[in-house]
Amino acid sequence: MNWPRVILLLLLALLGVFAQATLDLPRRWLGAQPSLLPAVVVSAALNGDVALVALVAVTGGVALDALSANPLGVSVLPLFVIGFALNRWRDLLLREVAYAQAVLGALAAVGVSVAKLLLLLTLGEHPLLGWGSLWQGVVIAGAGALLTPLVCRGVENLAALFAYPVEPASSFRPDREIKRGRT
Amino acid sequence: MLTVVLLNLPERAAGRTKFAIGALFLPLFGLVGSGQTLMDLGTSALVTRRSLTQELERLRQENQQLRLDALQGAEARRENDRLRQLLGWQAQPGWHARAAKVIARDPENWWRTLLIDRGSRDGLRPNLPVISPEGLVGRVADVGPSTAQVVFVGDPKCRVPVVVRETGEQGVITAPSAGVLDHRLVDLTHLPRNSALKAGQTVFTSGLGGVLPGGLPVGMVVDSRTVGYGLSTEARIKLLADTSRLSEVLVLLP
Repeated sequence: MNWPRVILLLLLALLGVFAQATLDLPRRWLGAQPSLLPAVVVSAALNGDVALVALVAVTGGVALDALSANPLGVSVLPLFVIGFALNRWRDLLLREVAYAQAVLGALAAVGVSVAKLLLLLTLGEHPLLGWGSLWQGVVIAGAGALLTPLVCRGVENLAALFAYPVEPASSFRPDREIKRGRT
Repeated sequence: MLTVVLLNLPERAAGRTKFAIGALFLPLFGLVGSGQTLMDLGTSALVTRRSLTQELERLRQENQQLRLDALQGAEARRENDRLRQLLGWQAQPGWHARAAKVIARDPENWWRTLLIDRGSRDGLRPNLPVISPEGLVGRVADVGPSTAQVVFVGDPKCRVPVVVRETGEQGVITAPSAGVLDHRLVDLTHLPRNSALKAGQTVFTSGLGGVLPGGLPVGMVVDSRTVGYGLSTEARIKLLADTSRLSEVLVLLP
């Protein structure tokens, strides 16, 4: 496991939850509070293994539920399921292309919210829903599309700072070597 | 597996775990609070002497008026206590306010709650009313040692029995049935069929149920409609307290 990447993703998940609880401007201006967690989970799923996805989902999900009126643990499962699915089929995805990351981020953000709502309704809770929730879904999807490529690129660049530099490939090709003398 | 374990924790244990995990964020909340205080100090240093003098004069006048109101209120209270004693009615308990700072809001879009920096160490307990200078904000839901969660009026977990001052009709404020985007609009339900509600009428807590004291201003009637094939009436209420701009609240302690 790449430890700098793990620590960066966990820190990002916790800071994302903190920002979601303290920065109220998006809710005031757009009518919905976007979340950074789906973007972090997508980044972990595209560039890490299942253990990293589980770690980010548990840390971020439990922290989010602790500051929210959600029952504790309700956010963990949706985050993990989305991350696990992306991680399993990541070889089929254009995971290094920003456009693909944006689409995956939007889908993950909406998917996590819908899964959480279904889980809450299953548990007998009564979350606040209405026609305005559709607009909130659009805002959440837009934020996911915007944040996911940024998180992926940012984590890659920061993790590269802590890794050994990549050795540039040599221009020497043994198959093109001119061998002198008789063979 | 972890989700199943966490979701099946007893309510008390789950609440404690939530506050313990939430406490990890307290240093960050403190940092944000200090930053805001510094910013306020910087802003107040830029205010001119003239505007400060004007503000002082306005506050002096307001203070005089409030003193007069307080004297009249105290006299009315004494008279009320005396009459209650004469009639043999039970004396109403007095409430005193404790100020608290808002440190976080619910990160989810489907709940209307916030976190304040007072907890059981400050004498808070569940179901205490929370108000702002404009009116009722909500009630205390869960209490940790140094923080507490407040549920707003309009959240599905906060139903408030109210009375319309002009007509005397009683109802219950519930979560909005539509329009989750305007956080100040809530529904007033359980009204009689032939209700005489009009826009602009004021709504106060009725005190029924004994959880919230009566007479706290809640909101104003926006419009009303008959529901259930004309069997009852529902109204939309605009809350007086703008919960999106709250930075401090008052918790009423008995």
